[in-house]
Amino acid sequence: MTERLVVIGAGMASGRALEELFKRAPDAYDVTLFGAEPRGNYNRIMLSPVLSGEKTYQEIVTHDADWYADHGVTCRFGEPVTGIDRGRKVVITAHGETPYDKLIIASGSSPFIIPIPGHELPGVISYRDLDDTNAMIAAAEKPGARAVVIGGGLLGLEAAAGLRMRGMDVTVVHLMGHLMERQLDEAAGYLLRKELVGRGIKVMCSSNSKEIFGNGLVEGLRLENGADLPCDLLVMAVGIRPNVALAKEAGLAVGRGIHIDDQCVTSDADILSVGECVEHDGATFGLVAPIFDMAKVLAATLAGDDAAYRPKPVSTKLKVTGVDLFSAGDFVEGEDREDIVFRDPARGVYKRLVLQDDRILGAVMYGDTADGNWFFQHINDGTDVSEMRETLIFGPAFQGGDPLDPMAAVAALPGEAEICGCNGICKDEIVQAIKDGADDLGAVRAVTKASGSCGTCTGLVEQVLAVTLGDAFVLPTAQPMCGCTDLTHEDVRRLIKSRELKSMPAVWQELGWKTTCGCHVCRPALNFYLLADWPLEYRDDPQSRFVNERNHANIQKDGTYSVVPRMWGGITTANELRAIADAADKYQVPTVKVTGGQRIDLLGVKKEDLPRIWADLGKAGLVSGHAYSKGLRTVKTCVGTDHCRFGTQDSTGLGIKLEKALWGSWTPHKVKLAVSGCPRNCAEATCKDVGIICVDSGYQVGVGGAAGMDLKETERLGDVATEQEAIDLTIAFVQLYREHAKYLDRPYKWVAKVGLEWVKSQIVDDLDTRQALIDRFALSQSIYQKDPWAERANADVRRAWSPLETVKLEAAE
Amino acid sequence: MSDWIDIGALDDIPVRGARVVKSAAGCVAVFRTGTDEVFALDDRCPHRGGPLSEGIVHGRSVTCPLHNWVFAFETGEAQGADEGRVTTYAVRIESGRLLLDASRLLARSAA
Repeated sequence: MTERLVVIGAGMASGRALEELFKRAPDAYDVTLFGAEPRGNYNRIMLSPVLSGEKTYQEIVTHDADWYADHGVTCRFGEPVTGIDRGRKVVITAHGETPYDKLIIASGSSPFIIPIPGHELPGVISYRDLDDTNAMIAAAEKPGARAVVIGGGLLGLEAAAGLRMRGMDVTVVHLMGHLMERQLDEAAGYLLRKELVGRGIKVMCSSNSKEIFGNGLVEGLRLENGADLPCDLLVMAVGIRPNVALAKEAGLAVGRGIHIDDQCVTSDADILSVGECVEHDGATFGLVAPIFDMAKVLAATLAGDDAAYRPKPVSTKLKVTGVDLFSAGDFVEGEDREDIVFRDPARGVYKRLVLQDDRILGAVMYGDTADGNWFFQHINDGTDVSEMRETLIFGPAFQGGDPLDPMAAVAALPGEAEICGCNGICKDEIVQAIKDGADDLGAVRAVTKASGSCGTCTGLVEQVLAVTLGDAFVLPTAQPMCGCTDLTHEDVRRLIKSRELKSMPAVWQELGWKTTCGCHVCRPALNFYLLADWPLEYRDDPQSRFVNERNHANIQKDGTYSVVPRMWGGITTANELRAIADAADKYQVPTVKVTGGQRIDLLGVKKEDLPRIWADLGKAGLVSGHAYSKGLRTVKTCVGTDHCRFGTQDSTGLGIKLEKALWGSWTPHKVKLAVSGCPRNCAEATCKDVGIICVDSGYQVGVGGAAGMDLKETERLGDVATEQEAIDLTIAFVQLYREHAKYLDRPYKWVAKVGLEWVKSQIVDDLDTRQALIDRFALSQSIYQKDPWAERANADVRRAWSPLETVKLEAAE
Repeated sequence: MSDWIDIGALDDIPVRGARVVKSAAGCVAVFRTGTDEVFALDDRCPHRGGPLSEGIVHGRSVTCPLHNWVFAFETGEAQGADEGRVTTYAVRIESGRLLLDASRLLARSAA
């Protein structure tokens, strides 16, 4: 008969244990799962990318409601367990008692809060779960907000880096002499500190906190030495404590954690325990790899199989984008231990191996961690390294013979070599999964979990796939930007933001461009990314723009140009038309054409005449229509309530307001808008990048339409009641597109990649994010909303755009 | 035989940019690279006649603005899969002034 299994704690440890159990014995238990948080299991390791904005919560959920339902798990989330009665074999909650045959305690740990005065003030938080993360994100939204992070360990630094990326002024206060002293030695700690300081994070080591002050709300931290650090948010990340209260009250054997044996059984044979709450052989645990090992053992024990937990050395990586840091094993100095050290301070590379009796005991690497897993393997295997000692520090490529190509290196790995450190998956398990039919990364990830947690081994898993499947496997090569780099547009955009690269040479240098100064593919893209992300710091580079954007006119096949003045919302005047007609006469414009965007195109103007024709048009108040730019083109309108008997709103007026707000902004590709005054849609708004249809109750805002190479109807972003909301939504959408899209992706392509739901979550559901986007757009417009024609209608430009010299070809005698 | 003509100052050309020298025998594009080297090529792409002087300059090459053909400055040869060639002209810098060897232009106008 099915036994009743009750699980206390719905975190990563019990999540993994249940997965393993359902694999071994799918029907052995009837499972009830209690969790104190009002949600199921998510990947806590990935909270840092959520904090920094590189991932969303939805992306880190590991078990959703469907998973629990599929496996028949009764979920009781948000219902903390208050007691265990071992005599009657029941757990107790506010809603009553639940009987068990077997019980798993996976109560995890709590952040350690230093009990200094003021630690209970609002604004003092820990960094442990999604609620903490959300509190930090909220605090960072206040402009100029300051944060103090107490604790310079793994968690504290990830918090600090994330808050900094969100724009906060961040200070890290660390008790010890150097950062991450449990994982790094002093030299690597120094390099890390230098990197963080370079990112604008203040770091204070050897600093003891004395008290937190504030009147009803945290206002700052006072140090032992008397210094005050004012702040709006104080994050304590000084360590964790196993949650043992329940176990202790129930009379189980408890030390620092709940005592378990090699089978994960506590002092009560029917109660097992796993995760950060346990103590095994005197050790407690905070990293995921040993806990997942333990979860496997626990599942085996419950399924009646033999298994025993054996501690292994652990490795650590810091999950801060752009910081390469790896440590493994034991690297404390000792009498009988020897060091091999490699330093290249100019490149910021540091590697140190700790040896004892010809075996690697520990490894610390900073800046270049590519060989980390190779060293880690030797630590785990206890390899005798005396033969390769001279070249050991240079990694596997230098161990005799030619440097290995990565495929050969993976092919040569033994079956028990660990590929995924987080989940403890070795090469054999992945190969087996592939042979059983998992033929791509997603399938391998689903079956084995390899690369499913922190993701840094994704490349290795793909290489195992390639080696195992041979030609049948096509590496999903992300398309690099161009021949100058192997990075994709998305990589480059992310790195420009996270590494704060603010000039073209900085990008070429820091991201290892293979050419001296890019090419015609990457330069225009980089120029856009830099000016979109750093409007104040970056200066537009005309030499990195296509001819049309450099000359502010469209080049034609014969080398002449077309000139299109702006007609706001398609409205013009007799005076403007007269000026256009005069210009057409004066410059002998061969073709005058009405465009599809409701304005007039003068085709066939010579380059040297451009500054003059602009000056003439400018006198009548006409400005550039940007008919040549990756930017706002036109806002097409119908006449709306002013004249039309069907019009429901002032569509022309709204179109003009939108055009006045958006003109002059640079975007990844051209942007066209339209506003129709009623659902008859005379302005053809449903095939525009943003199309607004006015109705009696307000405005329907659609996005992602196309009527070019592809034909696509807009999708509804949202319905709003007021004109101002329609304008806000449009501006926020354009700014979101500017900040995230790949260069030369029209909005419909970008929306297809990120999903309309995500776009809605940013600008429809989240009013704060919407406002922040609008503010950033306004900042950019303060620099870029200038009429390029007026700026160039002068003698200097006329000279620069004329021939340098006219050579008379008479032989000089 | 060379026939050096002063056509202007180096600083008249933007870095990674070009200016045009007009002549009865056609236009010459004079390019300035990111490292202040100068090169001169016919300002007419052999593909569809695009003005190379309006292209993006990268390394020692320029991309035609009309259809992205790339030409090497030293040889005037089209790069990659495209086949074609433009005439190159000798040009040098002397105390900040640009000197263009017009002998090829002269030869062409005489022909």
